[in-house]
Amino acid sequence: MAFAENLLAVLPEVVILTSAALILIVDLFIDDERRHITYWLTQLALLIAACVTLKTTQLDIVKAFHNMVVDDMLADLLRMTSFVAVSLMLFYSRSYLLARGLFRGETFVLTLFVLLGIQVIISGNSFLTLYLGVELMSLSLYALVALEKERSGPAEASMKYFVLGALASGVLLYGMSMVYGATGTLDIDLVARAILAKQGNSLLLTFGLVFVVSGVAFKLGVVPYHMWIPDVYDGAPTAITLLIGTAPEFAGFALTLRLLSGALQGLAIDWQGMLIILSLLSMVLGNVVAIAQSSIKRMLAYSTIAHMGFMLMGFLAADLNGYSAAMFYTVTYVLTSLVSFGMIMVLSRIGFEADRLDDFKGLNQRSPWWAFIMLLVMFSLAGIPPTVGFYAKFTVIEAAINAGFLWLAVVAVVTSLIGAFYYLRIVRLMYFEDPVDRSPLETRADARTLLSANGLLLLLLGILPQPLMGICVIALTQSNFL
Amino acid sequence: MSIFTAPTLAHYLVLGAILFAISIAGIFINRRNVIIMLMAIELMLLAVNLNFIAFSRYLGDMSGQVFVFFILTVAAAESAIGLAILVLLFRNVGSIDVEDLDALKG
Repeated sequence: MAFAENLLAVLPEVVILTSAALILIVDLFIDDERRHITYWLTQLALLIAACVTLKTTQLDIVKAFHNMVVDDMLADLLRMTSFVAVSLMLFYSRSYLLARGLFRGETFVLTLFVLLGIQVIISGNSFLTLYLGVELMSLSLYALVALEKERSGPAEASMKYFVLGALASGVLLYGMSMVYGATGTLDIDLVARAILAKQGNSLLLTFGLVFVVSGVAFKLGVVPYHMWIPDVYDGAPTAITLLIGTAPEFAGFALTLRLLSGALQGLAIDWQGMLIILSLLSMVLGNVVAIAQSSIKRMLAYSTIAHMGFMLMGFLAADLNGYSAAMFYTVTYVLTSLVSFGMIMVLSRIGFEADRLDDFKGLNQRSPWWAFIMLLVMFSLAGIPPTVGFYAKFTVIEAAINAGFLWLAVVAVVTSLIGAFYYLRIVRLMYFEDPVDRSPLETRADARTLLSANGLLLLLLGILPQPLMGICVIALTQSNFL
Repeated sequence: MSIFTAPTLAHYLVLGAILFAISIAGIFINRRNVIIMLMAIELMLLAVNLNFIAFSRYLGDMSGQVFVFFILTVAAAESAIGLAILVLLFRNVGSIDVEDLDALKG
């Protein structure tokens, strides 16, 4: 394969890498008053990368750089959703970043590097590429969490994130080394072939699988590997929490899919059992502990843990139904997260974080429109029709029942009922309590429009989920995840 | 069979597993300071490297050794970031004791 053809398969990554490097240089020559140039250049880079992805999308699977990377429909779809998520994150957090002195070149460049890491994971077709993607994403995220240098919260959150993230990478690598030892290759296709042909030491392979699943679970943040999620969500500046809670979820999903389904499908019976435990514990602990939180960021952190448990419940069906349900769940969960953290930033201002539940009291009296959008988000997180959360939960539960895990589906329904309690508590605070703080809510016009559209999209997708579900199924089928 | 025979793959794997276990213990049991945690993380990556090299030699396949070079490079970047965060932490909290990292909880 010619070098140019290889490059074509990774063109969106090339665009993001080049623009990150260029923006870093351009930012040197810009003074603080004109920092918005860097901001708009970042948005432009995302737009160009999205256009390039659309332009190079094709139905067949292309392997490039000696099978190190793969460019399939799944990669293209997840790339597009990550571009959208990062772009929306930048739009929503602009005023927040400006108010806290974080509207700086390094924020944008590090965000682009996080995105690059996500893209490398999404298109990784070898243990080496996947590992490098994970590290590129995580190292940039550690730095982003610690970007606010004057407060101790972000520094502590960053340290905890760093130690547990590095531990996760180590565990993942240890598992990869065992699988490499058992199969003799790092290439995902060859690993899958060796396992299906029953080559290699099965003891080594199972041993490796345990570590791989633990490493992936750490990155997804499911119980019992969830310790970092609440502290990082709470300690990081809200804009960065928004970033951590959105685009990296796509990377987590892609990593799980490429490793467990792509490479280790032959061991599906073994990893199904592990995922059942992870999923069950996450749904129960996430939803129960979230009730006791008084900070909305911590509450949403535990809610993330619970939602990742739901996503895994779809995934562990280990068939096209399950994978597409899990993918639909991930995409719609990210869309919901974007609005929930976006709303915290709408309520915050200089010197005020709006991260307590009480800050949402009487929102309806201050701004009926924002209260309505927040209502949609809470309904969607709780899984109340007609919002998209209902359909997403419905499909994962259906996939689990079809795969024969009826009891797990029953637990899922019960825990989501428990979850509805704390989501609806916010609705009660917004509509039936008097506001403590009556200062007017000011947002930039672009953020206001996009956040409203994003909120209404949750309703629209809830009424018409089939097109998005169809896209997920086509992407997975074309990429051979059957 | 004596343990003093020429080392086999199993010897290297056991050494790797012991190093890995020490590093995990170093992260979870250690209640004193964060630098020990950073050392434990480095040790963990070295345990993985040992595994990869042993397998690579055993299988006669180069890709494991190539992977090790990448891990070494990433480990350097990782400790650079870890130490930078540590400096920031010391400036803000005034201590690098693990027990003083308790402002965020719940």
